Amino acid sequence: MKILVAVKRVIDYNVQIRVKEDGSGVVTDNVKMSTNPPDDNAIEEAVKIKEAGKATEIVAITVGEEKAQETVRKALAVGADKGIHVKTEGALEPLAVSKIIQKIVEKEKPDLVFMGKQAIDDDCNQTGQMLSALLNWPQATFASNIEIKDNFLEVTREIDEGLETIQVNIPAIVTCDLRLNEPRYASLPNIMKAKKKPIEEINVSDLGIDIKPRIEQLKVEEPPKRKAGIKVANVAELVQKLKNEAKVI
Amino acid sequence: MAVLLIAEHNNKELRPFTLNAATAASLIDADVHAVIIGQNSETAAKKLSELPLIKKVISIEAPHYENFTAENFAPAIVKLAGNYSHIVCSANTFGKNLMPRIAAHLDTSQVSDIIKVISPDTFLRPIYAGNAFATVKTNDAKKCITIRPTSFEPCESSGGTATIEKGEAGEEFSNTKFIKREEIKSDRPELGTARIVVSGGRGMQSGDNFKLITEVADKLGAAIGASRAAVDAGYISNDHQVGQTGKVVVPDLYIAIGISGAIQHLAGMKESKVIVAINKDGEAPIFSVADYGLEADLFEALPQFMAELNKLNTIQK
Repeated sequence: MKILVAVKRVIDYNVQIRVKEDGSGVVTDNVKMSTNPPDDNAIEEAVKIKEAGKATEIVAITVGEEKAQETVRKALAVGADKGIHVKTEGALEPLAVSKIIQKIVEKEKPDLVFMGKQAIDDDCNQTGQMLSALLNWPQATFASNIEIKDNFLEVTREIDEGLETIQVNIPAIVTCDLRLNEPRYASLPNIMKAKKKPIEEINVSDLGIDIKPRIEQLKVEEPPKRKAGIKVANVAELVQKLKNEAKVI
Repeated sequence: MAVLLIAEHNNKELRPFTLNAATAASLIDADVHAVIIGQNSETAAKKLSELPLIKKVISIEAPHYENFTAENFAPAIVKLAGNYSHIVCSANTFGKNLMPRIAAHLDTSQVSDIIKVISPDTFLRPIYAGNAFATVKTNDAKKCITIRPTSFEPCESSGGTATIEKGEAGEEFSNTKFIKREEIKSDRPELGTARIVVSGGRGMQSGDNFKLITEVADKLGAAIGASRAAVDAGYISNDHQVGQTGKVVVPDLYIAIGISGAIQHLAGMKESKVIVAINKDGEAPIFSVADYGLEADLFEALPQFMAELNKLNTIQK
């Protein structure tokens, strides 16, 4: 079985982002970038499945500018066998990314596609579902547990009301929740070995698809600031303030 | 053209956030139709027809719609889409799972989790865990939108008399099968809509210690929340998680106990009207958003908090 894992390069989750003064976006120059956290869960799960003898090959794919290749290199260091970098410039919407990955799926013919449930920069939570629709494959979103059976998966999904388990026949798309597993760190020897693993570079223009943005970002601004609060000396004062000043209890 | 609202329900009742989504839909265009897809969902369809904002209800029933599988729902909605300029749904796990599938079938770039309708094609939405707000204009002819329910007031739930029309069911998608759902039942208010939320974090140190939070929540008639750290440590189940990857809450009062206030947690609660932080680390980032901060050991402060609450002769619920 072959697993394709999609990874995205985003601003590191610990960074306090800054909005550009001209309202055109968020400052990304000289800001620490990393793999999107739930994508780390996706690659970890694929590697675990391979270690359990249930997958033979893991292909990591990313779509984006030159530096996005770092995320593929990291996936290779964690255990992917081969990388694909679809080179693009500028902003991409989930619909465009899903069309690009659809092309790669048609070429690579994986049995499963894994990815994170959402990217922590655009917070869209769309790409996996869109890809699944384009391929007419089943989708298992927000996965927190995956059991591989003969020709299907049993996936436990995180839903608002609790948990839900579904069966999806292979081939299928799975979008991973942070709770799926604990991603491992790449060891130095594995990072060195990953440098020798192949990364195929593809120009998006060679795929023959329309990836023009459909959504204009007119303005990016800081959210309204909360006004500074006070520190209370003790519990009695806190309860008095909540009762008499804020009038919320 | 009219707006199509996808109702969220459990085959018996409408889910409350459908009322918030209806408000948002009506801000896009006053002509709001609602579609309800399910099995034996007549009662919920009737309730939907009583929302004064809804002009028409389309009810689609079939056994394979019982468990809300996106692969079954999406084609049924795509079939209706020709008559509508916008298709909208709540941005909770139901809508997040379903809407992108519809959007891709329609070759539309979806706008997720809007918090404001600026005009029928321009919306405000949070990005980067709510640390920036983006104003976006969609140029697609057909617009697929999900709505952050806590950013819109629920609409009136009675007085309307919309007609209910039967819609045509689509075929079953055979490659996805529902197996089971484990819903967590609770007598407490629902986290997403509660007036007061009491949340615990890693500082609670154990699942047993969460009973200190349960006591306070019971006293205040509050829902219980948690940070991701508390859920991952197994102190409490995942449906309590507040934050970028959990639920977004906007209660009148949010009490954060033993929660440091990571960016991802703040994304889920910083629009709360009044925020209280109880934490022994005076430098914790949660204090930068708290209206009232108490720097104290929670294991001393919580029993005192209960004692003070017990002294009050009345508590608003």
